[in-house]
Amino acid sequence: MSIELTIAIIITLVGASTPILFAALGELVVEKSGVLNLGVEGMMLTGAVVGFAVTFETGSPWLGVVAAAFAGAAASMIFAVVTLTLSANQVATGLALTIFGTGFSALFGKAYTGKPLALFRSVFPPELATHPYLKVIFGYSPLVYFSFIMVVAVWWLLRRTRPGLILRAVGENDLSAHSIGYPVIAVRYAAVAFGGAMAGIGGACFPLVLTPQWVEGLTAGRGWIALALVVFAAWRPYRLLAGAYLFGLVGTMELYAKAAGGPFRILPSELWASMPYLATILVLVLISIRRNSNTSAPACLGKPFVPTS
Amino acid sequence: MNEPITSDAAPPRLELQGITKQFPGVLANDRVTFAVKPGEIHALLGENGAGKSTLVKMIYGIMAPDSGAMRFDGEVMENTSPRAARRRGIGMVFQHFSLFEALSVLENIALGLDEKLSHQRLEARIREVLDQYGLTLDPHRIVSTLSVGERQRIEIVRALLLNPRLLIMDEPTSVLTPQEVEALFEVLRQLAAEGCSILYISHKLDEIKALCQTATILRGGQVVGECDPRQETKRSMAEKMIGAGLRDVDKDRNRSFGEPRLVVKGLSTRAEDEFGVAITDIGFTVRAGEFFGVAGVAGNGQNALVEALSGEVAGTSAEAIMLNGEPIGLLSPSARRRAGLCTVPEERNGHAAISDFTLSDNTVLTARDRMHLAGGGLLRPAAARDYAARVIGEFSVKALGPGAVAGALSGGNLQKFIMGREILQRPDVLVVSQPTWGVDAGAAAAIHRALVELAAAGSAVVLISQDLDELLALSDTLAVINLGRLSDPRPVSEFSIEEIGLLMGGVHGDPEATREMTEVLHAHQA
Repeated sequence: MSIELTIAIIITLVGASTPILFAALGELVVEKSGVLNLGVEGMMLTGAVVGFAVTFETGSPWLGVVAAAFAGAAASMIFAVVTLTLSANQVATGLALTIFGTGFSALFGKAYTGKPLALFRSVFPPELATHPYLKVIFGYSPLVYFSFIMVVAVWWLLRRTRPGLILRAVGENDLSAHSIGYPVIAVRYAAVAFGGAMAGIGGACFPLVLTPQWVEGLTAGRGWIALALVVFAAWRPYRLLAGAYLFGLVGTMELYAKAAGGPFRILPSELWASMPYLATILVLVLISIRRNSNTSAPACLGKPFVPTS
Repeated sequence: MNEPITSDAAPPRLELQGITKQFPGVLANDRVTFAVKPGEIHALLGENGAGKSTLVKMIYGIMAPDSGAMRFDGEVMENTSPRAARRRGIGMVFQHFSLFEALSVLENIALGLDEKLSHQRLEARIREVLDQYGLTLDPHRIVSTLSVGERQRIEIVRALLLNPRLLIMDEPTSVLTPQEVEALFEVLRQLAAEGCSILYISHKLDEIKALCQTATILRGGQVVGECDPRQETKRSMAEKMIGAGLRDVDKDRNRSFGEPRLVVKGLSTRAEDEFGVAITDIGFTVRAGEFFGVAGVAGNGQNALVEALSGEVAGTSAEAIMLNGEPIGLLSPSARRRAGLCTVPEERNGHAAISDFTLSDNTVLTARDRMHLAGGGLLRPAAARDYAARVIGEFSVKALGPGAVAGALSGGNLQKFIMGREILQRPDVLVVSQPTWGVDAGAAAAIHRALVELAAAGSAVVLISQDLDELLALSDTLAVINLGRLSDPRPVSEFSIEEIGLLMGGVHGDPEATREMTEVLHAHQA
């Protein structure tokens, strides 16, 4: 493999991994608080279409990203009100949110179909950003660097700060957290909002970083991969980073296999596409064999919190 | 000895006036009025369902009373939250631990503290408290790997770190050795002498007599009396509490036993994980009509022993467990039940019973073969309902009926139901672990009577407990489990409390060593 091809693959890989990483990081925080939001795909699509529209209208991708985060968070609040305040079933509500996001983005995005958008490009000087070799470090959209910062930030928040400890406690034993005096529902609202914002940014990566146009359903199931990834990473941010790039690599291979070129012909593209799911199942099996309580799911995951007293 | 340091001018540390709390269908607290003086150790006595838990939850700010007033040091407490309660200096050790399984001891304690400390400083303070009160606990262990006793220590340390002015303790000593209980009492007396009031909830009347200066007795949500436990007998307090005369466990000490029912020989298991305790080379014999008691501090292999006997953990040798002369060491739990060995594990919810299931469904779980509650792959719901109704009737379980959900029962009632479910199956051997953990005196007496009747009818009973009173009252033969090894079984009359305590602490079998330890202990006390 030539250096040029390697660099091309790395750049494709980073692009393919970043949206998954954003969405999965958000979902990790949500699940750590004990909430299972299956609406990631819907929130990503909402973020994508709003990010596209705001960037298109204002010309500022920065504003687009911020708007996408707000749109994702707003979508997640529908889920939060229904599941946290009204104690509805989280799985059903999450699925409904995905259906809603898909429909909303298709409707709202209709007006933007076929309109071109400038990509959210690297902010480094062109000598670095387009250098044939150095672009592998400097050639990415600011969102890519931001995603790395968020991995560290989420790890630090969960492991090193008191709010993070409270968040984990709420996900681990909501009744105990309540009896000690922590606001379980408020913590979960905050986590769900963060998850929505991250999914929105992840969705915005598609029109802003990958393909500069609006295509209906452009996330193509990445929200589901993000959900699988959280389990795959056993709810740990650094494993999530590794997993996102592994899943991104598989996605990249799928593209190359489809294009019928390169060394990825060995497997048909459909098989590559199914790899993330196979890998997740494999990891789940490994986790249960090792039976290490530290790698298992938050104990209250998906259970509605209804204080008995 | 520890008369409260108080003058008439000082307001009570805690004063409750006409506290009333209504739940749908139940008046949990009805105009409860009493006061706790500064530096006083005040007992709150009452059966399960008497309203003690509701009352302390309101004091700790988890719930708000419907009417009535609470004053703390003369100031009215209103709209309180647990955080506000802690800020006032109210600490609480819960009966059902409010711990986070997947977090470390240190993180659990940090969550209970409102002041923000770095983990290093917090760890230093925890070690200080542990040293001061002679407790052992590794701050970095994950809670899910700890025994019940160790978990309770976390709660105690968490409360002590707050330098409380009022400490609420809900059944705190159930899992401690006599020496540890005495050490805890020293801590509590020291705290009280420093001016901290203690509200002490326990069903162990001995302890209340030894520790408390005042007792408020609750029955059916109302205060039915106040007394000085030092002036009362255990019996008089128990009768006030249940509002009726108590029947003694009458067990003929000199009765003879029948054929060996259960013979265990060379029973060993591997540890479940790196923190679990394995059992090693356990051997004992229980005859028809005999009570075999197993004493020990929590986390010394009791659970492994119960699981090995019940069949939940697969055995390696058929002959390691002989039931009525038949090897059953390789049989499944269901097959062992059919053969005549039933088991009641320690954990009521999730192990002995499924809290979301109805009582009649819960009977099917363990009694389906012996009581014919299912057949040909189909349930017999009517038979299950009848059996559940029989258990409820014969064991006076307070429940709405066989259709009630297990989780809706109070701890003592659920325990009576679980014991009844097994006892009415008339097993040849019944293995019970902690049959009266967290159960009030009335229910405990009922459970004890039922066990005695079962043994009198010719069953053998293996009683695994951390409650020494219970073991001494019921056991014919006793052994102590420590680090997964069982001491030589001996008639219970040959043991002294001190000796059992020393065996629980790990001084094994060697009579010479035991005598030396006893002397050392005496020398210390002198």
